[in-house]
Amino acid sequence: MYQTTYHRASSVDEAASLFAKGSESKFLAGGQTLLPVMKQRLASPSDVIDLGRIKELQGVELSGDTLTIKAGTIYYDIMTNADVKKAIPAIAHLTSVLGDPAVRYRGTIGGSIANNDPAADFPAALLALGATVKTNKRSISAEDFFQGLFTTALEDGEIITAVSFPVPAKAGYEKMRHPASRFALTGVFVAQTKSGEVRVAATGASQSGVMRVPAIEAALKANWSPSAIDGVSISASGLLADIHGTAEYRANLVKVMAQRAVAAAG
Amino acid sequence: MGVEGIGASVVRKEDKRFITGKGRYVDDIKLLGMTHAHFIRSPHAHAKVKGIDSSAALKMPGVVAVLTGQQIVDDKVGNLICGWAITSKDGSPMKMGAWPAMAPETVRFVGQAVAVVIAETKNLARDAAEAVVVNYEELPAVADVHAAIKSGAPQLHPEAPGNQVYDWVIGDEGATDAAFSKAANVVKLDVTNNRLAPNAMEPRAAIADYDAAEEHFTLYTTSQNPHVARLVLSAFYNIAPEHKLRVIAPDVGGGFGSKIFIYPEEMVALWASKKVGRPVKWTGDRTEAFLTDAHGRDHVTHAEMAFDAQNKILGLKVKTYANFGAYMSLFSSSVPTYLYATLLSGQYNIPAIHAEVIGVYTNTTPVDAYRGAGRPEASYLIERLMETAARQLKVDPAQLRRSNFITQFPHQTPVIMAYDIGDFNASLDAAMKAIDYAGFPARKAKAKADGKLRGIGLSCYIEACGIAPSKAVGSLGAGVGLWESAEVRVNPVGTIEILTGSHSHGQGHETTFCQLVAERLGVPISQVSIVHGDTDKVQFGMGTYGSRSAAVGLTAILKAMEKMESKAKKIAAHALEASEADIVIENGEFKVTGTDKAIALPMVALAAYTAHNLPDGMEPGLKESAFYDPTNFTFPAGTYICELEVDSGTGKTSFVNFVAADDFGRLINPMIVEGQVHGGLVQGIGQALLEHAIYDASGQPVTASFMDYAMPRADDVPSFNLSHTTTLCPGNPLGIKGCGEAGAIGASAAVINAITDAIGTNNLEMPATPDRVWRTIHAA
Repeated sequence: MYQTTYHRASSVDEAASLFAKGSESKFLAGGQTLLPVMKQRLASPSDVIDLGRIKELQGVELSGDTLTIKAGTIYYDIMTNADVKKAIPAIAHLTSVLGDPAVRYRGTIGGSIANNDPAADFPAALLALGATVKTNKRSISAEDFFQGLFTTALEDGEIITAVSFPVPAKAGYEKMRHPASRFALTGVFVAQTKSGEVRVAATGASQSGVMRVPAIEAALKANWSPSAIDGVSISASGLLADIHGTAEYRANLVKVMAQRAVAAAG
Repeated sequence: MGVEGIGASVVRKEDKRFITGKGRYVDDIKLLGMTHAHFIRSPHAHAKVKGIDSSAALKMPGVVAVLTGQQIVDDKVGNLICGWAITSKDGSPMKMGAWPAMAPETVRFVGQAVAVVIAETKNLARDAAEAVVVNYEELPAVADVHAAIKSGAPQLHPEAPGNQVYDWVIGDEGATDAAFSKAANVVKLDVTNNRLAPNAMEPRAAIADYDAAEEHFTLYTTSQNPHVARLVLSAFYNIAPEHKLRVIAPDVGGGFGSKIFIYPEEMVALWASKKVGRPVKWTGDRTEAFLTDAHGRDHVTHAEMAFDAQNKILGLKVKTYANFGAYMSLFSSSVPTYLYATLLSGQYNIPAIHAEVIGVYTNTTPVDAYRGAGRPEASYLIERLMETAARQLKVDPAQLRRSNFITQFPHQTPVIMAYDIGDFNASLDAAMKAIDYAGFPARKAKAKADGKLRGIGLSCYIEACGIAPSKAVGSLGAGVGLWESAEVRVNPVGTIEILTGSHSHGQGHETTFCQLVAERLGVPISQVSIVHGDTDKVQFGMGTYGSRSAAVGLTAILKAMEKMESKAKKIAAHALEASEADIVIENGEFKVTGTDKAIALPMVALAAYTAHNLPDGMEPGLKESAFYDPTNFTFPAGTYICELEVDSGTGKTSFVNFVAADDFGRLINPMIVEGQVHGGLVQGIGQALLEHAIYDASGQPVTASFMDYAMPRADDVPSFNLSHTTTLCPGNPLGIKGCGEAGAIGASAAVINAITDAIGTNNLEMPATPDRVWRTIHAA
């Protein structure tokens, strides 16, 4: 690790002002990406501003048809939260298959979506559920937030404070785990909103990061059942390929995981 | 068996320090004035080193020195050796290129060191390493064994034309051809045994400390065999004579073979310590482990097996290409030859075998012994062949094996090994019963009705362990003898220290070796301590690998114990005014049999050391040593059966059941044996389903971190169902065969046989990743 200056912020405002003072500042949430990258000397921030102790970034709130998860909430707390389990059990399930226990005790929802790894689990949930990302400056729809591989709408120094999810009528998430990293080799989140809209998002599949899957959405809109997807064909073009999965395999997984997610959603 | 004697599942003494974080590993050791080394490693698979400019680095804070490959060559530090000479079929010796500890001219794999920075801290050394400018001229590289032997392929070493190290044969080719000419059926199979990275939990590390006044070195290192390290460093690497070099291997966190070898980093640390006049520490990180710890396996094989009309095996032909990587590591040459082809008879009566093994250089990390070392490759090949044969011949795979089992012992195979004892039917029966083999067709049918592909796979493995008779391995080209030594010291107060040349790096010797003493003397194991891993304390030893520590190391302790007991009985008899022949040892006392006369061990020990009243002519003291050289290998064997389901939608495998019936001879501590089997099975399953060290065509490693290299985790493996059938090994007095490698040797074939049964193919390479299985299902 290169030399860096560590700051522990006690409020969002303090974090933002500390960030602005550094020449090349980075926010630290759960540290599941930033710290390994720093240890490998692939990142050398001048200042690291730790968001982990900021109380206003912690917790879950269920208000009417909106579930709000504060950005600094760790996966384990999301997974075990009674409101999450009641309102959107698919999110509790997603969190339970995210990484491993060590990751779940450190990683945060805010850190996950800010990094926007193309194989991260949470971006699929946000996109399928039509969530809204709240920052210290504005609200951004999930659609606008995720802008491709490791790229988001966040501006330099902008801090995610919470994610608001409209409670769906039905939702499910199924994932084929990457055998080494436990990211999603491919994961699919399916949701049916209370107004009857169907949204499907796949992660780990596309070279451009999390994506909607219109063909499956159309099939499910017509008939919300696993068999409705039988006839859907997913193109391997533009999908990721590596030693753990060819593009054709991932195309198959988009379909199979979607079917299983629908079955899980009920 | 007492409560702590042989056969008791005694809780491990060493675990108190390990599970409370009090283990003392090399990296925990800090010496006064210690500096830190960081190696500069080649990013290229093959390149000329045109120049190294360290001027900027030398001006950086805390930098003590930057040392290069040319300097280590100029100082006449020896090249790394390969300790087992193999002769090709044309009578020529194996062809090896030189391997300097740091490359002065040419790098031949990604990760090979070209220079080292010595600095006040590890981070300062890393900072400075980035300022060292190495000018490389890239050369074409080759990573694949078949590509490497093609004409026109990039050449690694001028000494080895065509990148061929040797072309070695074993067995009777004429007899094998004759057997095939009589065959009613011939079964053919091509298999790849995938390259693995060993991944011990503790990365390799070394601290070298040179004492200029005494011209003496101390090396703390992560070694499975510190005495062998000292021998090789002294005899071949010109570091220091043996009496001027102390090697200490303290707590070591796993080895699996990868810590047998003497690596460049230890040599450089020793040399650098003298150069800079201060202790030098190097601790590898995980990436360095992936790049530089000797890899395992990596065979490409074509095999054919001939059967008569009654499905009896007539003969076996094998041709294997073994990828050695860029250099010949310490025991690499023996792994695909004498540790592989000599086991090709498996558990079967095979009248004629002929095998050819071609060793090949590639621009990859060197390959050497890894848990099982050659025997997993042999067992996998034979057991895949038997399963394939059963399908082709349309007979039950268990029955085909049973009808070809060796049942008379001793049995001389056509490939050197003479099996001393075994009962292969017993372990097959035990495993079939444990998994309810007879009920499988019904379970498969039910799974099919539920839309699942269910399969069952057998693996009847045999291995040669307890390596090895020195005379035998010497005649086959080994550079060392493979005996073991031990010393028993009874202190004047009656506590006991056992000094052993075996090294414990996870095996539990500190418990199991004490159990032998408890068994023989009836003293609690708390009164016994095991001393190992220090060349200044233990006279000599050959270390721990090849499942040899109990069969060879513990037998050496037994021999020393017998000498000590004999002397102690004389002292007791003298004190009790009885005949030596009437003395028995029970519960820590020497008793006159049939009487109530007794003297406790501490009183015997005290008498030995006060020497006030010893039998006439007896030397004082109670300390004996022994060297033990085994008369044969030991032959652990058993049957593993795996039942699993494949998800046709994803290709993912889920275990239903995994049973292991092993014959390890006598068990010292069944709990520790169970742990060894669990660990071995997980490594075998890891090879079958997950692990693969991959290079791209240019020799760049693709799997150099746990983000890409899939190590098995607890939820990747089933809860195992273990049992034992026992035939006592006649080759050693304790009847021990060894248990350290069996799981890794036998498991992978059982898994692949089960998957191929489930999906209805004979062709499926390891690792059987979901992607690969899915593509196989949907290509069919």
